[in-house]
Amino acid sequence: MTSSIDAPAGGKTDRIVSDRVTVRFCGDSGDGMQLAGTQFTNTSSVFGNDIATLPDFPAEIRAPAGSLSGVSGFQINFSSHEIYTPGDRVDALVAMNPAALRMNYRDVVDGGIILVNEDSFTKTSLQKAGLDSNPLEDGTLKDYRVFRIPMEKLNAEAAGPFGLSNKAVNRCKNFFALGVVCWLYERPLEPILQWIERKMGKAPAVADANTAALKAGWNYGDTVELFPHAYRVPKANIAPGTYRKITGNEATAMGLVTAARLAGKELFYGSYPITPASTILEELAAMSHLGVKTFQAEDEIAAIAATIGAAYAGDCAATGTSGPGVALKSEAIGLAVMTELPLVIVNVQRGGPSTGLPTKTEQADYFQAVFGRNGECPVPVLAAATPADCFDMAREAMRIAIEYMTPVILLTDGYLANGAEPWRIPHVADLPRIHVHHPTNGNGDGHFMPYARTASGSRPWAIPGTEGLEHRIGGLEKQDVTGNVNYDPDNHQHMVDLRARKVANVVDTIPDLTVAGAADADTLVLGWGSTYGAITTAVERLREKGRHVAHAHLRYLHPMPANTGDVIRRYKRVLIPEMNKGQLLLRIRADYLVDAKGINKIQGKPFLVSELMEAIERAIDER
Amino acid sequence: MKAQVHVEQLKPADFASDQEVRWCPGCGDYAILATVKKVLPLLGIPRKDLVFVSGIGCSSRFPYYVSSYGFHGIHGRALAIASGVKMANPQLSVWVATGDGDGLSIGGNHLLHTIRRNVDMTVLLFNNRIYGLTKGQYSPTSELGKKTKTSPHGVIDYPLHPISVAIGAEASFVARTVDVDLKHMAMVLERAARHRGTSFVEIYQNCNIFNDGAYTYATDKATKDDTRLMLEHGKPLIFGTDRNKGIRLNGMEPEVVELGGSVKEDDLLFHDERAAQPSLAYLLSRMHYPDFPEPMGVFRAVERPCYEDRLKEISRTDRPTSEGDAPLEALFNAGDIWTVD
Repeated sequence: MTSSIDAPAGGKTDRIVSDRVTVRFCGDSGDGMQLAGTQFTNTSSVFGNDIATLPDFPAEIRAPAGSLSGVSGFQINFSSHEIYTPGDRVDALVAMNPAALRMNYRDVVDGGIILVNEDSFTKTSLQKAGLDSNPLEDGTLKDYRVFRIPMEKLNAEAAGPFGLSNKAVNRCKNFFALGVVCWLYERPLEPILQWIERKMGKAPAVADANTAALKAGWNYGDTVELFPHAYRVPKANIAPGTYRKITGNEATAMGLVTAARLAGKELFYGSYPITPASTILEELAAMSHLGVKTFQAEDEIAAIAATIGAAYAGDCAATGTSGPGVALKSEAIGLAVMTELPLVIVNVQRGGPSTGLPTKTEQADYFQAVFGRNGECPVPVLAAATPADCFDMAREAMRIAIEYMTPVILLTDGYLANGAEPWRIPHVADLPRIHVHHPTNGNGDGHFMPYARTASGSRPWAIPGTEGLEHRIGGLEKQDVTGNVNYDPDNHQHMVDLRARKVANVVDTIPDLTVAGAADADTLVLGWGSTYGAITTAVERLREKGRHVAHAHLRYLHPMPANTGDVIRRYKRVLIPEMNKGQLLLRIRADYLVDAKGINKIQGKPFLVSELMEAIERAIDER
Repeated sequence: MKAQVHVEQLKPADFASDQEVRWCPGCGDYAILATVKKVLPLLGIPRKDLVFVSGIGCSSRFPYYVSSYGFHGIHGRALAIASGVKMANPQLSVWVATGDGDGLSIGGNHLLHTIRRNVDMTVLLFNNRIYGLTKGQYSPTSELGKKTKTSPHGVIDYPLHPISVAIGAEASFVARTVDVDLKHMAMVLERAARHRGTSFVEIYQNCNIFNDGAYTYATDKATKDDTRLMLEHGKPLIFGTDRNKGIRLNGMEPEVVELGGSVKEDDLLFHDERAAQPSLAYLLSRMHYPDFPEPMGVFRAVERPCYEDRLKEISRTDRPTSEGDAPLEALFNAGDIWTVD
């Protein structure tokens, strides 16, 4: 972080110009920290900073108030240059209660800012947080700049006069805290005020109270002379265009509906609510005017079974879930492989196994995606690298599904799903169309052969309602060409080979693996999925330090790009960071006979840049 | 059913596929297949618009034997696959062939939820009270005490009654028929197919290999008039070889009474398949041999909007889908956007 003192900003306080700041809001899960964080993100992105966010919330909707397990946090990194991660350490922490403070203060940089809601530091809430003494007074926070603000009292004065109950008034305190932080970092309030009007306009008292709390927070910062300095993070210098903030799940939903429209089709999305995938279903449910049909099924299996039925009948079809749901869908994925129908299965990965860590991120479903079915059951697998990349990869998944008549698995994860970044809005006309062909004529002596092959190994997508092409498909082994049930040994081997070859052929229509980094690098860091941001930043900084490191990132996991072997064999050292025990690592070692090494973190949290830098340097210095 | 267009009159043979039928000789499934093929030409639906969907089991081979579109799915999931087909293209006439294991055991959840949604399709549940394809294990409709390969000491779980289950899920059309009574089956299947909504038909089906004679009481010429009660809308519940017995309500319970003497026809229960409340249909579904004659025919046939109609309604009342790139551009640019020059 580079800083310089700038002229006073409006008020009496100097503003220090800073190129990159990380703020974390934390409090009880009922304190509205996700909302405060989202609003802060919105106004920062509208202001013109590059942003990356990391929401972190408990699985319980309302854990016991004030408890450690109920702490919810939202971290945002905003910057005047390009950034790829939500930041390792926190420059400013907002803690709404003792439990939140206790769980988060260690992540604050030395000398960093801690804003606490002083009113919440009562004997009872200290006890609930398991604290024997008050950290505001016992020296715990001596390395930080602590600002004690009576937020509840000040909020009550501001939001009180609108006729709301005491409880409802107190709920506005997240906007008071947001107001203070907006002042501290010179964020415009207009986008937040517009949001309040949009969302709360129908309940004017609630809108007025929140508006008053927000402004009171800002004015408090401006007038009390509590802060010796305030900060300014100038606009980022990013590529021209129109931008919006986007989360991974929003991008996935938009990618799917865009793919359907680019294919000239309706989108069918069958799903069963599951964290952290549910918001894809919620997003798409509001897009019926774009030709989207959503089906909230009775269970995970029904969700994919209906999706398969819709694909058979000619819709662009997709289902979304998380790892436990994919486990339930596995038999049906096999059915889609056997019937060779186009559909997309989105797995927003979370911590496992079993119910695991529903709200935390992990990328331990690689094996499940690539191998996790009975029989020889190949499926193309894609992985998005950033929240906005979910838009491109969702379209790619549907493109491959239709072109090759196959189910395709798209892996994202909880970090991408809920994390946000600016998205440069594309022009629809610039996006490639997806070509669909439904035959209307027979393809064999006046008969229809549903399992005749095209050059790519695909089969025709003949849909019910087409005269003369009536045919039966199912999960039993198919006879080549005719598609009739067949148990002949040679035919089975032939069909297993055909299905494998078809999926292998996908390599012909995917881009090569590219490498970021100098030609003189002798170490390659190979990643996949949401580790993109942390690896990119770590490798850039290591190169600045003079380390000979390069970075390649796989977005196509199966099949892998044709040049993957050539790329990784060029380097003396291949390091594979993963939020699992080394799943891609096993595959790379097996497929390419390269002595790659893993860097593994399975804590429900993304890699910190510093962790990666350390691990990479250690690996380099080892030999 | 939708999709009724004027087509050249087809014959039952036109609905036979080129696949060899592979049920055991003497299986009740043959009669069901023959009857479906007999009913299909009456409906005026072209083959291209018919889709038969199934799960796993003997009954689930059905789609291979009909010359329409067909989908042989995985165990228990036929109704979910069929729901997807219907939602994607409501013009199609969708049929499901399932069994007591496929439909009520592994697929029980989908049966309940498809019925409650009232997705327009015709569900034929072949009930032979046994697992046939896996060779003779007990099913969820096997009687208490029944000895099978997996219940050598007799079944100890209480059976499900398919009609009660369907009515419990508020099915808009519920009927029962039996494999050997071809005329009755044809009547029931035609009505089921013409009903809009989920039509649920339980077909008593004999498995002559693993559960032979399961329904002899209801099919034997000598006894069937006393063990079955043929339901007719608006008519009193009368049965018996001499049509001299009836069902009367005693408090909340049905009872068998002899007609004549003090009991008149007007004292009997009258069948009302269109009753808004499913109570009467449910009461009928609880009548079992040997305490009661078992009702045959249509238990319930009420009009309710279908799921896919409501789905379509959403699209219509939302904004109409406009063509071109404009709607996507609007979606992308919704909310807070900013421009970098």
